Amino acid sequence: MMPLAGDSRDPIVSVRDLEVGFQTMDRRATVKAVDGVSFDVRRGETFGIIGESGSGKTTIGRALVFLLKPTAGAILHNGVDPQTLPRKQFQSHRRDYQIIFQDPNAALNPRMTIISSVLEPLELAGAGTKAERLARAQEAMERVGLPQELGERYPHQLSGGQKQRVIIARALTLRPRLIVCDEVVAALDMSIRGDVLNLFAELQRDLGLTYVFITHDLSVVSHISDRIAVMYLGRFVELGPTESVSGRPLHPYTQALLSAEPLPLPSTMRSDRRIILQGEMPSPIDPPSGCRFRTRCQYAQSVCAEQTPAWRELEPDHWVACHFADRPNFSPS
Amino acid sequence: MVKAHSAERTSKTAAAGSRQALMSVRGLGIRFKTAQGIWQATRKIDFDIAPGERVGIVGESGCGKTITGLSILRLLPNNLSGLDGSIMFDDVDLASCSTRTMRGIRGRRIAMIFQEPMSALDPVFTVGHQIAETLRVHTDVGKEEARAQTIDMLRRVGIASPERRIDEYPHQLSGGMRQRVMIAAALICGPQLLIADEPTTALDVTVQAQILDLLRNLSETSKTALMLITHDLGVVAETCTRMITMYAGEVIEDAAVDAALVRPLHPYTSGLLRSLPHLSPRLGRLPSIPGRVPSIAEMPDGCRFKARCPHATAGCEAEQELLDAGEGRKVRCWRFRELELPGALQHAATAPIAGRVVRQ
Ligand SMILES: Nc1ncnc2c1ncn2[C@@H]1O[C@H](COP(=O)(O)OP(=O)(O)OP(=O)(O)O)[C@@H](O)[C@H]1O
Ligand SMILES: Nc1ncnc2c1ncn2[C@@H]1O[C@H](COP(=O)(O)OP(=O)(O)OP(=O)(O)O)[C@@H](O)[C@H]1O
Ligand code: SF4
Ligand code: SF4
Ligand SMILES: [Mg+2]
Ligand SMILES: [Mg+2]
Repeated sequence: MMPLAGDSRDPIVSVRDLEVGFQTMDRRATVKAVDGVSFDVRRGETFGIIGESGSGKTTIGRALVFLLKPTAGAILHNGVDPQTLPRKQFQSHRRDYQIIFQDPNAALNPRMTIISSVLEPLELAGAGTKAERLARAQEAMERVGLPQELGERYPHQLSGGQKQRVIIARALTLRPRLIVCDEVVAALDMSIRGDVLNLFAELQRDLGLTYVFITHDLSVVSHISDRIAVMYLGRFVELGPTESVSGRPLHPYTQALLSAEPLPLPSTMRSDRRIILQGEMPSPIDPPSGCRFRTRCQYAQSVCAEQTPAWRELEPDHWVACHFADRPNFSPS
Repeated sequence: MVKAHSAERTSKTAAAGSRQALMSVRGLGIRFKTAQGIWQATRKIDFDIAPGERVGIVGESGCGKTITGLSILRLLPNNLSGLDGSIMFDDVDLASCSTRTMRGIRGRRIAMIFQEPMSALDPVFTVGHQIAETLRVHTDVGKEEARAQTIDMLRRVGIASPERRIDEYPHQLSGGMRQRVMIAAALICGPQLLIADEPTTALDVTVQAQILDLLRNLSETSKTALMLITHDLGVVAETCTRMITMYAGEVIEDAAVDAALVRPLHPYTSGLLRSLPHLSPRLGRLPSIPGRVPSIAEMPDGCRFKARCPHATAGCEAEQELLDAGEGRKVRCWRFRELELPGALQHAATAPIAGRVVRQ
């Protein structure tokens, strides 16, 4: 069992040795999309998850809000696995945990007015009277800065940023405690991304929300998160406070990821020390033995193929899974 | 290295103007027939690309980047209603030349790659077949020779064991490898210009870095000019020497990359740079540009950025021309001389990337 990152603080969710497997299309093999991940999400924080396509970020997000069942391991709230609660209690409990996906177009029914879309989750939950539901929906729209008159419009009459606000309003009507935000600004234009990120920050401050923020945009994740987890092929390879992970990354994959990010800076301010990784992420159907990053790691030794690196706290609150991350001269050979 | 290049380009463009250009676009406008009538999607597009130069075309969704790229090869959709202006490419006007002339240029002297390599590759043919086919359509090399050249090209774009890969089908390749195959197919005839439309948007950051590196190196070694269409200012900064910014169907700024990043001349370019999370203090409020891009139906007279511009004043409702700002720079804002607009430099020091920024 993995030791835990930061179990001393007040966790809203505790994930323990989480595994999620899927059958492949031809049903001949299993993909372990998430393969033994443990972490706590602390109340009121923004917990960022980054990593390459297919590394398992969305799968973790969906498991956190009970959209899929873990194959093994547990997701605990106050030490209790909510899936063991009686059905009715579980249904009301899960409303505290919402997820917002990337594409606002796919998430809104084109034939429903905006206000009906915002009302929908409340109606499904059967919360309050009709008037109370409408009041709550209108309050949520106001909260995200949407004028009431937009309520009568249809999705195609709104801009991308406005549609994303509608989705956020929809999630807020149920007054959740935690929201998983899965690539929520990826589909938005550059000039309005800032607005939506500001809105998330403001809602967190005012409503005490906790976020799990999934993205592969490094600039976004390091702007908004308190802590960042780095995923590779179904596992966490690094987890720590944003400043440490983005300023002093300990894992070779994190180092490569950060150095690969194209920076909008003049050439005089960019460093030439780029680590260009060879190849791409191996298939999760047949992951490499030992350290899963070893096929692309410039420091790999024979032990890396034989032993899975332990999950270790090398600096306060900063965890990493690499055999050599604590070597003082851990630099290109 | 990039810096030396841009300095050189800047003086060249300034001194020689369009005379040295490989391609010279003037007054390009694109109109579409739609259910609502005729839509003027872009207008008054002017820019030059010098031989071997790497130019980034940036701007938000819908500003006209893709259709500008497509118009160069006359690949615009069927509901095109009209094309204004000229696209001079070595004495040929691509906007008006015969279909036959265009066929001789497309794929051979000018090639194009897209965001989604899977849709551009034919699933029923091997990788090798698709690349060699381009070569055989445009040149008279024999089968053997075409195969040898294809293997060589696959190797140049960084595909390991090309002798084996050449006989594989697109679905057997990863996203990054498919994009390499597309690049190989585009470069096999040694074009003078490669138009790349969001070539890395669908890829992971680490693979994106590989592909951008490849494009830069190939362009440098083979002297192929690159027109790189992207909405990512970081991608332009890492890859290109010049940056053309578009807004609502017009070119609004044209400058060497470093110059545009350090001291943008158009309020929109400056606003964009300020809104990037890279350059803002962590957890702080991100500056953003209020409002949104006007749709084609509600396009205002005069400056198209007026409704969102913090510097708008009396005079901005006049038609804005692309003005010469000296040193090879152009800007579509009559106030550019009096405005002192912040660029990327002012913010980098306090941003999360500060630790990764080189100090002078
Ligand atoms: N419903 C499913 N059935 C089968 N395989 C799945 C399913 N959902 C996810 N997978 C597989 O699980 C792995 C992880 O997928 P996941 O969507 O969690 O990745 P991700 O990190 O969110 O990637 P991206 O950045 O592309 O969104 C992938 O290999 C994916 O193909
Ligand atoms: N076939 C068409 N008919 C009508 N309008 C079109 C057509 N194709 C494109 N347009 C319009 O022309 C404008 C420019 O489109 P274009 O695809 O060039 O944008 P872009 O800058 O490439 O955006 P993105 O970043 O989203 O790819 C948009 O307003 C678009 O809606
Ligand atoms: S354990 Fe070995 S292969 Fe894995 S990241 Fe560390 S050095 Fe590289
Ligand atoms: S012309 Fe006026 S409104 Fe337009 S960008 Fe310049 S200052 Fe702003
Ligand atoms: Mg995902
Ligand atoms: Mg486009």
